[in-house]
Amino acid sequence: MSATSPAVGDRLVHKEFPPITRHRLALYCGASGDHNPIHVDIDFAKQAGFPDVFTHGMLVMGYLGQALTDAVAPSRIRSFSTRFAAITQLGARLTCEGMVTELIEQGGEMRAKIALTTKDQNGEVKLAGEAVIAV
Amino acid sequence: MVDQTAVGREFTSVTARVEPGRLRFFLDTLGEANPVYRDETAARAAGFSAAPVPPTYLFCLEMMDATVPFEFLTALDIDLGRVLHGEQRFDYRAPVVVGDVLTFKPRVTGVTDKKGGAMTLIVIETEVTNHAGVHVADLSRTVVVRNARPS
Repeated sequence: MSATSPAVGDRLVHKEFPPITRHRLALYCGASGDHNPIHVDIDFAKQAGFPDVFTHGMLVMGYLGQALTDAVAPSRIRSFSTRFAAITQLGARLTCEGMVTELIEQGGEMRAKIALTTKDQNGEVKLAGEAVIAV
Repeated sequence: MVDQTAVGREFTSVTARVEPGRLRFFLDTLGEANPVYRDETAARAAGFSAAPVPPTYLFCLEMMDATVPFEFLTALDIDLGRVLHGEQRFDYRAPVVVGDVLTFKPRVTGVTDKKGGAMTLIVIETEVTNHAGVHVADLSRTVVVRNARPS
Protein backbone atom coordinates (compact mmCIF):
# COMPACT_ATOMS: atom_id res chain seq x y z
CA MET A 1 0.00 0.00 0.00
CA SER A 2 3.10 2.23 0.09
CA ALA A 3 2.35 3.78 -3.30
CA THR A 4 -1.14 4.71 -2.19
CA SER A 5 -0.55 5.44 1.49
CA PRO A 6 -3.48 7.40 2.84
CA ALA A 7 -3.02 10.97 3.98
CA VAL A 8 -4.81 12.81 6.75
CA GLY A 9 -8.07 14.16 5.34
CA ASP A 10 -8.50 11.41 2.73
CA ARG A 11 -12.11 10.31 2.44
CA LEU A 12 -11.32 6.63 2.21
CA VAL A 13 -14.72 5.11 2.94
CA HIS A 14 -18.06 5.84 1.29
CA LYS A 15 -20.97 3.48 0.71
CA GLU A 16 -24.74 3.75 0.58
CA PHE A 17 -27.15 0.98 1.50
CA PRO A 18 -30.76 0.16 0.54
CA PRO A 19 -33.61 1.15 2.91
CA ILE A 20 -33.97 -0.99 6.04
CA THR A 21 -36.97 -3.32 5.69
CA ARG A 22 -38.74 -5.64 8.15
CA HIS A 23 -37.59 -8.50 5.95
CA ARG A 24 -33.94 -7.47 6.36
CA LEU A 25 -34.36 -7.38 10.15
CA ALA A 26 -35.87 -10.88 10.12
CA LEU A 27 -33.01 -12.19 7.99
CA TYR A 28 -30.44 -10.51 10.24
CA CYS A 29 -32.10 -12.03 13.31
CA GLY A 30 -31.44 -15.49 11.88
CA ALA A 31 -28.09 -14.80 10.23
CA SER A 32 -26.53 -13.08 13.24
CA GLY A 33 -27.86 -15.26 16.03
CA ASP A 34 -29.29 -12.16 17.72
CA HIS A 35 -32.83 -13.37 18.40
CA ASN A 36 -33.88 -10.42 20.56
CA PRO A 37 -37.58 -10.07 19.59
CA ILE A 38 -37.41 -6.28 19.93
CA HIS A 39 -36.08 -6.15 16.33
CA VAL A 40 -38.72 -8.36 14.70
CA ASP A 41 -41.81 -8.63 16.92
CA ILE A 42 -43.85 -5.41 17.00
CA ASP A 43 -45.88 -6.60 20.01
CA PHE A 44 -42.71 -7.09 22.04
CA ALA A 45 -41.29 -3.73 20.88
CA LYS A 46 -44.47 -1.89 21.90
CA GLN A 47 -44.53 -3.56 25.27
CA ALA A 48 -40.95 -2.36 25.79
CA GLY A 49 -42.08 1.21 25.07
CA PHE A 50 -41.05 1.59 21.41
CA PRO A 51 -43.45 2.59 18.61
CA ASP A 52 -42.21 -0.19 16.32
CA VAL A 53 -39.38 -2.66 15.84
CA PHE A 54 -36.00 -1.08 15.06
CA THR A 55 -32.71 -2.07 13.48
CA HIS A 56 -30.11 -4.16 15.29
CA GLY A 57 -27.17 -1.87 16.06
CA MET A 58 -24.90 -4.66 14.86
CA LEU A 59 -26.62 -4.78 11.46
CA VAL A 60 -25.72 -1.11 11.04
CA MET A 61 -22.18 -1.82 12.26
CA GLY A 62 -22.09 -4.71 9.78
CA TYR A 63 -22.83 -2.22 6.99
CA LEU A 64 -20.13 0.10 8.32
CA GLY A 65 -17.68 -2.82 8.37
CA GLN A 66 -18.64 -3.64 4.79
CA ALA A 67 -18.00 -0.05 3.70
CA LEU A 68 -14.65 -0.22 5.52
CA THR A 69 -13.44 -3.46 3.91
CA ASP A 70 -14.55 -2.25 0.47
CA ALA A 71 -11.80 0.35 0.91
CA VAL A 72 -9.29 -1.43 3.15
CA ALA A 73 -8.17 -5.07 2.92
CA PRO A 74 -9.52 -7.03 5.93
CA SER A 75 -6.00 -8.14 6.89
CA ARG A 76 -5.05 -4.49 7.51
CA ILE A 77 -7.72 -3.76 10.09
CA ARG A 78 -6.33 -3.70 13.63
CA SER A 79 -9.38 -2.43 15.49
CA PHE A 80 -12.92 -1.33 14.75
CA SER A 81 -15.18 0.34 17.26
CA THR A 82 -18.33 2.38 17.36
CA ARG A 83 -20.81 4.13 19.59
CA PHE A 84 -24.48 3.59 18.77
CA ALA A 85 -25.62 7.20 18.87
CA ALA A 86 -29.26 6.79 17.88
CA ILE A 87 -31.78 4.07 17.03
CA THR A 88 -32.00 3.28 13.31
CA GLN A 89 -35.64 3.21 12.22
CA LEU A 90 -37.33 1.13 9.56
CA GLY A 91 -36.94 2.67 6.12
CA ALA A 92 -33.63 4.32 7.00
CA ARG A 93 -31.32 4.78 4.02
CA LEU A 94 -27.84 4.60 5.49
CA THR A 95 -24.63 6.14 4.24
CA CYS A 96 -21.31 5.06 5.73
CA GLU A 97 -18.28 7.32 5.51
CA GLY A 98 -14.74 7.34 6.80
CA MET A 99 -11.93 9.88 6.79
CA VAL A 100 -8.29 9.49 7.79
CA THR A 101 -7.66 11.60 10.88
CA GLU A 102 -4.18 10.61 12.01
CA LEU A 103 -1.13 8.59 11.03
CA ILE A 104 0.63 6.89 13.92
CA GLU A 105 3.43 4.43 14.61
CA GLN A 106 2.10 1.63 16.75
CA GLY A 107 2.85 -2.06 17.26
CA GLY A 108 5.97 -1.76 15.09
CA GLU A 109 4.12 -0.54 11.99
CA MET A 110 2.60 2.61 10.48
CA ARG A 111 -1.10 2.85 11.08
CA ALA A 112 -3.91 5.23 10.18
CA LYS A 113 -6.91 6.17 12.26
CA ILE A 114 -10.13 6.49 10.34
CA ALA A 115 -13.10 8.36 11.80
CA LEU A 116 -16.25 6.53 10.73
CA THR A 117 -19.87 7.61 10.65
CA THR A 118 -23.17 6.13 9.57
CA LYS A 119 -25.94 8.62 8.88
CA ASP A 120 -29.51 8.19 7.71
CA GLN A 121 -31.19 10.06 4.84
CA ASN A 122 -31.83 13.04 7.16
CA GLY A 123 -28.17 13.31 8.07
CA GLU A 124 -28.76 12.03 11.60
CA VAL A 125 -25.69 10.23 12.97
CA LYS A 126 -26.53 6.66 13.93
CA LEU A 127 -23.02 5.33 14.47
CA ALA A 128 -19.85 7.24 15.28
CA GLY A 129 -16.78 5.06 15.30
CA GLU A 130 -13.15 4.54 14.50
CA ALA A 131 -10.96 2.01 12.77
CA VAL A 132 -7.21 1.65 13.06
CA ILE A 133 -5.58 0.16 9.95
CA ALA A 134 -2.06 -0.78 8.96
CA VAL A 135 -0.82 1.31 6.03
CA MET B 1 -30.39 -2.91 39.61
CA VAL B 2 -26.95 -4.11 38.54
CA ASP B 3 -24.17 -2.77 40.77
CA GLN B 4 -20.40 -2.98 41.19
CA THR B 5 -20.60 -6.49 42.59
CA ALA B 6 -21.15 -7.68 39.01
CA VAL B 7 -17.65 -6.53 37.95
CA GLY B 8 -15.40 -9.53 37.40
CA ARG B 9 -18.31 -11.88 36.88
CA GLU B 10 -17.59 -14.48 34.19
CA PHE B 11 -20.11 -16.23 32.00
CA THR B 12 -20.14 -19.62 30.30
CA SER B 13 -17.53 -19.94 27.54
CA VAL B 14 -18.91 -20.32 24.02
CA THR B 15 -17.33 -22.58 21.41
CA ALA B 16 -18.21 -21.72 17.81
CA ARG B 17 -17.08 -23.10 14.47
CA VAL B 18 -16.83 -20.76 11.47
CA GLU B 19 -19.12 -22.63 9.09
CA PRO B 20 -19.26 -21.61 5.41
CA GLY B 21 -23.05 -21.99 5.08
CA ARG B 22 -23.87 -19.85 8.09
CA LEU B 23 -21.29 -17.29 6.97
CA ARG B 24 -22.86 -17.13 3.49
CA PHE B 25 -26.29 -16.45 5.05
CA PHE B 26 -24.76 -13.51 6.93
CA LEU B 27 -23.03 -12.19 3.78
CA ASP B 28 -26.25 -12.49 1.76
CA THR B 29 -28.25 -10.73 4.47
CA LEU B 30 -25.90 -7.74 4.38
CA GLY B 31 -25.58 -7.76 0.60
CA GLU B 32 -21.85 -8.32 1.06
CA ALA B 33 -20.38 -9.10 -2.37
CA ASN B 34 -16.67 -8.66 -1.64
CA PRO B 35 -15.01 -11.76 -3.19
CA VAL B 36 -12.48 -12.00 -0.34
CA TYR B 37 -15.26 -13.39 1.88
CA ARG B 38 -16.77 -15.70 -0.73
CA ASP B 39 -14.04 -16.99 -3.01
CA GLU B 40 -11.14 -19.05 -1.68
CA THR B 41 -8.83 -17.89 -4.46
CA ALA B 42 -9.51 -14.24 -3.66
CA ALA B 43 -9.03 -14.98 0.04
CA ARG B 44 -5.64 -16.63 -0.62
CA ALA B 45 -4.59 -13.74 -2.85
CA ALA B 46 -5.40 -11.44 0.09
CA GLY B 47 -3.08 -13.47 2.33
CA PHE B 48 -5.59 -15.71 4.15
CA SER B 49 -5.48 -19.51 4.39
CA ALA B 50 -9.27 -19.63 3.74
CA ALA B 51 -12.11 -17.09 3.53
CA PRO B 52 -11.89 -14.63 6.44
CA VAL B 53 -14.90 -13.46 8.44
CA PRO B 54 -16.21 -9.87 8.08
CA PRO B 55 -15.27 -7.39 10.84
CA THR B 56 -18.38 -7.79 13.02
CA TYR B 57 -18.97 -11.53 12.58
CA LEU B 58 -17.22 -12.57 15.81
CA PHE B 59 -20.05 -10.91 17.73
CA CYS B 60 -22.55 -13.08 15.83
CA LEU B 61 -20.65 -16.35 16.35
CA GLU B 62 -20.66 -15.84 20.10
CA MET B 63 -24.45 -15.30 20.10
CA MET B 64 -25.22 -18.12 17.66
CA ASP B 65 -23.52 -20.85 19.61
CA ALA B 66 -24.20 -19.70 23.16
CA THR B 67 -25.79 -22.59 25.04
CA VAL B 68 -27.60 -20.06 27.23
CA PRO B 69 -28.81 -17.18 24.99
CA PHE B 70 -28.45 -13.76 26.64
CA GLU B 71 -26.94 -15.45 29.70
CA PHE B 72 -25.54 -12.16 31.04
CA LEU B 73 -29.05 -10.72 31.15
CA THR B 74 -30.61 -13.58 33.07
CA ALA B 75 -27.55 -13.89 35.32
CA LEU B 76 -27.73 -10.18 36.20
CA ASP B 77 -31.54 -10.16 36.33
CA ILE B 78 -31.99 -7.68 33.46
CA ASP B 79 -35.11 -7.59 31.28
CA LEU B 80 -34.28 -8.11 27.60
CA GLY B 81 -36.77 -5.38 26.61
CA ARG B 82 -34.79 -2.80 28.62
CA VAL B 83 -31.39 -3.15 26.97
CA LEU B 84 -29.84 -1.24 24.10
CA HIS B 85 -26.41 -1.65 22.56
CA GLY B 86 -24.32 1.37 23.56
CA GLU B 87 -20.88 0.70 22.13
CA GLN B 88 -18.98 -2.11 20.45
CA ARG B 89 -15.28 -2.60 19.91
CA PHE B 90 -13.20 -5.26 18.15
CA ASP B 91 -9.42 -5.63 18.47
CA TYR B 92 -8.06 -8.04 15.88
CA ARG B 93 -4.87 -9.92 16.77
CA ALA B 94 -4.76 -12.78 14.24
CA PRO B 95 -6.84 -13.90 11.22
CA VAL B 96 -10.12 -15.78 11.70
CA VAL B 97 -11.13 -17.92 8.72
CA VAL B 98 -13.67 -20.54 7.67
CA GLY B 99 -13.00 -23.80 9.51
CA ASP B 100 -11.66 -22.20 12.69
CA VAL B 101 -13.10 -23.28 16.00
CA LEU B 102 -13.21 -20.38 18.42
CA THR B 103 -13.65 -20.08 22.15
CA PHE B 104 -15.25 -16.94 23.58
CA LYS B 105 -14.72 -16.05 27.25
CA PRO B 106 -16.97 -13.18 28.37
CA ARG B 107 -16.69 -11.29 31.66
CA VAL B 108 -18.05 -8.05 33.14
CA THR B 109 -15.38 -5.36 33.38
CA GLY B 110 -17.44 -2.29 34.23
CA VAL B 111 -20.73 -1.09 35.68
CA THR B 112 -21.55 2.65 35.63
CA ASP B 113 -24.74 4.45 36.58
CA LYS B 114 -25.83 7.36 34.37
CA LYS B 115 -28.44 10.09 34.64
CA GLY B 116 -29.02 9.59 38.36
CA GLY B 117 -29.60 5.88 37.98
CA ALA B 118 -31.99 6.15 35.02
CA MET B 119 -29.47 4.13 32.99
CA THR B 120 -26.75 1.63 33.83
CA LEU B 121 -23.88 0.95 31.44
CA ILE B 122 -22.42 -2.55 31.63
CA VAL B 123 -19.17 -3.38 29.84
CA ILE B 124 -18.57 -7.00 28.86
CA GLU B 125 -15.18 -7.96 27.46
CA THR B 126 -14.71 -11.20 25.60
CA GLU B 127 -11.39 -12.84 24.79
CA VAL B 128 -11.43 -15.01 21.67
CA THR B 129 -8.94 -17.83 21.04
CA ASN B 130 -8.83 -20.37 18.22
CA HIS B 131 -8.37 -24.15 18.19
CA ALA B 132 -4.57 -23.73 18.08
CA GLY B 133 -4.70 -21.65 21.26
CA VAL B 134 -3.94 -18.38 19.41
CA HIS B 135 -5.51 -15.30 20.95
CA VAL B 136 -7.24 -13.94 17.81
CA ALA B 137 -9.37 -11.06 19.06
CA ASP B 138 -10.91 -9.14 21.92
CA LEU B 139 -14.47 -7.85 21.92
CA SER B 140 -15.87 -5.16 24.16
CA ARG B 141 -19.59 -4.58 24.35
CA THR B 142 -21.27 -1.78 26.28
CA VAL B 143 -24.89 -2.52 27.12
CA VAL B 144 -27.25 0.26 28.16
CA VAL B 145 -29.94 -0.78 30.63
CA ARG B 146 -32.96 1.54 30.81
CA ASN B 147 -33.83 1.16 34.49
CA ALA B 148 -37.41 1.10 35.70
CA ARG B 149 -38.48 4.35 37.35
CA PRO B 150 -39.20 3.89 41.03
CA SER B 151 -42.95 4.25 41.60
